[in-house]
Amino acid sequence: MNKNVNLAVDIAGIKMQNPVATASGTFGFGNEYADYVDLSRLGALVVKGTTLHPRQGNPPPRIEETPCGILNAIGLQNPGIETVVNEILPHLQNKNVPVIVNISGDTPADYAKLAQKLNNSCAAGIEVNISCPNVKKGGLQFGSDPESAAEVAGAVKASTNLPVIIKLSPNVSSIVKVAEKVARAGADALSMINTLLGMKIDINTMRPSLGNNFGGLSGPAVKPVAVRSVWQVYREIDLPIIGIGGITTAEDALEFIMAGASVVAVGTGNFINPTATMDIIENLEKYLIDNDIADIKDLIGRAH
Amino acid sequence: MKPVKKTFDIIEKKQIKPCYGLLKLYAPELAAGAKPGQFLHVKCSGTMDPLLRRPISIHAVQRSGKTISMLYRKAGRGTSMLDSLDKLDVMGPLGHGFNMSCSGTPLVVGGGIGAAPLYFLLQELSGMQMQVDVFIGASSSEHLLAVEDIKALGHCVRTATDDGSAGYRGPVTDTCLPYLNKDVQVFACGPVPMLKKLAGDMEENKAAGQFSLEEKMGCGVGACLSCVCKTYQEKEKEYTYSRVCVDGPVFSAGEVVWK
Repeated sequence: MNKNVNLAVDIAGIKMQNPVATASGTFGFGNEYADYVDLSRLGALVVKGTTLHPRQGNPPPRIEETPCGILNAIGLQNPGIETVVNEILPHLQNKNVPVIVNISGDTPADYAKLAQKLNNSCAAGIEVNISCPNVKKGGLQFGSDPESAAEVAGAVKASTNLPVIIKLSPNVSSIVKVAEKVARAGADALSMINTLLGMKIDINTMRPSLGNNFGGLSGPAVKPVAVRSVWQVYREIDLPIIGIGGITTAEDALEFIMAGASVVAVGTGNFINPTATMDIIENLEKYLIDNDIADIKDLIGRAH
Repeated sequence: MKPVKKTFDIIEKKQIKPCYGLLKLYAPELAAGAKPGQFLHVKCSGTMDPLLRRPISIHAVQRSGKTISMLYRKAGRGTSMLDSLDKLDVMGPLGHGFNMSCSGTPLVVGGGIGAAPLYFLLQELSGMQMQVDVFIGASSSEHLLAVEDIKALGHCVRTATDDGSAGYRGPVTDTCLPYLNKDVQVFACGPVPMLKKLAGDMEENKAAGQFSLEEKMGCGVGACLSCVCKTYQEKEKEYTYSRVCVDGPVFSAGEVVWK
């Protein structure tokens, strides 16, 4: 294969050999997929959402299938930032892949503390989750209000020199307004979208199917919403974007890139095809060659 | 063995009773490396709907023929599509299977589709020249599975059905209760009410054992934390959520929190 095409991208100073990352919460801390994926071939590894203290998460059932999608309500089960920094991240240090740590807090001060703890770790960047629909406090309450979102972004930015990526929620009246505020608060990049708040009822038990009643919708079903969100924000806001939402193929990834994403992250797609990220990287390269395009960066925002 | 992601040829399909199916795959590496209690995470169609893979236990392994069988309940749209396929996209073998080096006389208890993975365990026990007591239960004879095949391996099978259409009328836990004591090692798989009752009976009679659990699953590799069950943390009264896909599907009976 002709190797003259360039897949490398740079997002907020994080250098990636290709624009394909994993989406937080769908790829654990990476090693879970090591039997299927060579982690060193990823553009970036975005790891499971981490909180200040360990969290048990929501009672099961935590997952339900919907047409071309899933609803999840994990509730941020994680071992807490101390364990992540001291025991998990050191193992990722020699994997030759930029690691982006996703953080979630109950208050802006929590987010600031989480960011500080990552300052001396191997993290290449911080993804700030202000959009988790599955926890009672924090999460989406920050992401759905532009002022609160900006407050969190500012608190994190003031606590770290690492690139700060704010993960936006689609469960808002205007994603552009939230993006605008967090950009002004100093965000270095945006990732979008987190899951859409949804619900399923079990008609046999006549009760909500998920233990948490509500869950976040992801998978191919949400892709058009995500592509539209990326398009709108790319037009108005001058920040690089990580596009997320229902990406399972290189064709999907290209839609996001052409809408304005510099990087794409694969989430639910990993569950269906554990080698989805690798297949997408290979097929993006093939697309560039077939279409005589030298650099993937030439495609970012091409559809505008 | 390390799990693989691969497409295997389906060489045999069978309808078993009204609600079940059996698929046989030509899969030399799985037949050689899979352990009883492990499962395969399979794609039911080439499309995005249904989206998720389905975890299906390994029912039988034919090492000489290099084949592996899955006995599954046609529970919904996904599993009902399986017998229309000629090839199957598989991730596996996944999960921790049964620990067969535990002390104690094996005693095997299955309920409904829970009998499926126990057959593979019983194949292995027969291979070790062990004939064991097996208790298989179901709601009715329509759902009583693998009984004749298990007998053919030389094991002693007692059956129970809720409606009395085969064997003892009542729960399978009634039939195995007299056999529970400190010298047995119970291997069980079945619906939650059965396992919950069995766990209580085992505790009263100081019997140890292992349960294979089922839960709705996402990734199958321990990343998404969807398929959790409540387990006790070691030597603590606190519980935690363990992943059925990688921490299980087989758990030690005393580890599982049934409340």
